[in-house]
Amino acid sequence: MVFRQTKYQLRYFTRVPVALFFTIILPLVMLVLFNALFGDNTIETNEGDWPVRQFYTGGLAAYTAVSATFSNLANMVPIRRDEGVLKRWRSTPLPTWIYIAGFICSAVVIAFAGTSAMLAVGVVFYDLSIEWAKMPAAAVTFLIGVGAFAALGMALASIIKTASSASAAANAIILPLAFISDVFVPTDGDSALTAIANVFPLKPFVNAFQACFNPFVEAPALNWGALAFVAGWGVLGLGVAIKKFSWEPSGAGPRGRRAARAATTAQG
Amino acid sequence: MPAIDVCELHKHYGDNLAVDGVSFNVAEGEVYALLGHNGAGKSTAVEILEGHRTRSSGSVSVLGFDPAKAHREFRDRIGVVLQTSGVENEFTVREVVDLYASAYRRRRTLDEVVELAGLEEKVDARVGSLSGGQRRRVDLALGIIGRPDVLFLDEPTTGFDPAARRKSWDLIEALGDDGVTVLLTTHYLDEAEHLADRVGMLASGKMIAEGTPAELIEKISGTVVSFMLPHSIETADAISTFGPVLGGDVRLSGRLVETTVDRATEVVHRVTGWAIDNGVELESLRVSRASLEDVFLQMTEQSKKAL
Repeated sequence: MVFRQTKYQLRYFTRVPVALFFTIILPLVMLVLFNALFGDNTIETNEGDWPVRQFYTGGLAAYTAVSATFSNLANMVPIRRDEGVLKRWRSTPLPTWIYIAGFICSAVVIAFAGTSAMLAVGVVFYDLSIEWAKMPAAAVTFLIGVGAFAALGMALASIIKTASSASAAANAIILPLAFISDVFVPTDGDSALTAIANVFPLKPFVNAFQACFNPFVEAPALNWGALAFVAGWGVLGLGVAIKKFSWEPSGAGPRGRRAARAATTAQG
Repeated sequence: MPAIDVCELHKHYGDNLAVDGVSFNVAEGEVYALLGHNGAGKSTAVEILEGHRTRSSGSVSVLGFDPAKAHREFRDRIGVVLQTSGVENEFTVREVVDLYASAYRRRRTLDEVVELAGLEEKVDARVGSLSGGQRRRVDLALGIIGRPDVLFLDEPTTGFDPAARRKSWDLIEALGDDGVTVLLTTHYLDEAEHLADRVGMLASGKMIAEGTPAELIEKISGTVVSFMLPHSIETADAISTFGPVLGGDVRLSGRLVETTVDRATEVVHRVTGWAIDNGVELESLRVSRASLEDVFLQMTEQSKKAL
């Protein structure tokens, strides 16, 4: 049943061009642009010079995974809720956890497809070098990351009631964070911005994933500290999602209804 | 045991009593209509029975389950058509039927559901491309997909054109004949009169009258006298002018003056006498048997006064 739900969620995703564009195509376009702009430049890091393509491919691949889970769920779940689709599902005997699992599994599949596409483009067009010894670390990092960001996406979808504000909030959170989290531009190790970025899970995840493509990091390149931090955020997100999740469309909840009735009474 | 049993149901939102001590039951295979204006508490009551809302107090049983606690087993045996609820718009009718059917144990086939709901032509159309009425039929199709023992229909035909309403009525009647227990809410009196074995009238969260449509009409045992307000009289003066003449409660809707009386002969005599004395013609003068609508208007009027 989870499989069927996942299959349908994925099919749904492919029929919403805007979701497909923002989640998969846009990061790929950025990869192409960054490579066109910065070509064969290197990035100076504490360890030495790092080819730009290694940096961007790793960072954007991690970003794709986050946008497929966090942004995607924070967008899609409130839309379905506002449309009343969630409430309809809750009327059926389908256990609610299976419905939610379908959402999350589909997000993970999309994340995997997007990240793989990114790495494939990197290898084919930009000479990305993949060290196979580090790939198990990349896989573990990926799984912990998508799990945590899926939970955080569900948490945001639970806190924010309407679809339009949820999508705005997701972008307002993820875009500025991406700029200070080594996704689009490398950041300075000691700045105040880095200190801020280190409070949130995006930079630790991006850095842990980038490390798997950094020639100065030795295999197996697992950063347990960063991963534990990301997982901790994920558990927090899961807690909020379980506590606050709502199936009711925002307008029809008890509060909305009461307000509507108060308005009618005032008129009468 | 009745299929649905509701006793002293209350639902409060803060100080607001949305449902205020409602009791009724629906026998197996019966079609029961909750009738009331918007905000009368119909949807709140039905959503409590569906398990979508919790109750403040009172007891509720549907097929022997407490909807607030029962989950899978219960939902497998009920069908729900909510007042507003979306379907995945990007899917075709065939896909949503397949997807939603997978949740139930006793499924109807695609062909069966599509034929019952009258969606044969639209099987491969995306739900998003359908008209409002067609989408409502998708709602109905998904409501009956699991062969429910009890079907909840929250305003199933609101916004339909007359032909589409007739079609939905046929479907609901067919389900009723098939032994399905149906609880529907509506604010259309003709719908309640046409479909329901019994009707419960709700106003301000209270059950103000209950019975078969015939019993309810019998209860007020009245005759309705009505006519158009003469142009020489302002609408503001209508009640003060005709109140004494008609000698009863006078209702004014638009320019239609209406009263429900026990002894129509006398009243007609008085009002026609008045018209002749004043030299005016009473257009559309009518004396008719009370309909369910009159019962409803009279009952809601009375309950307003009682408050």
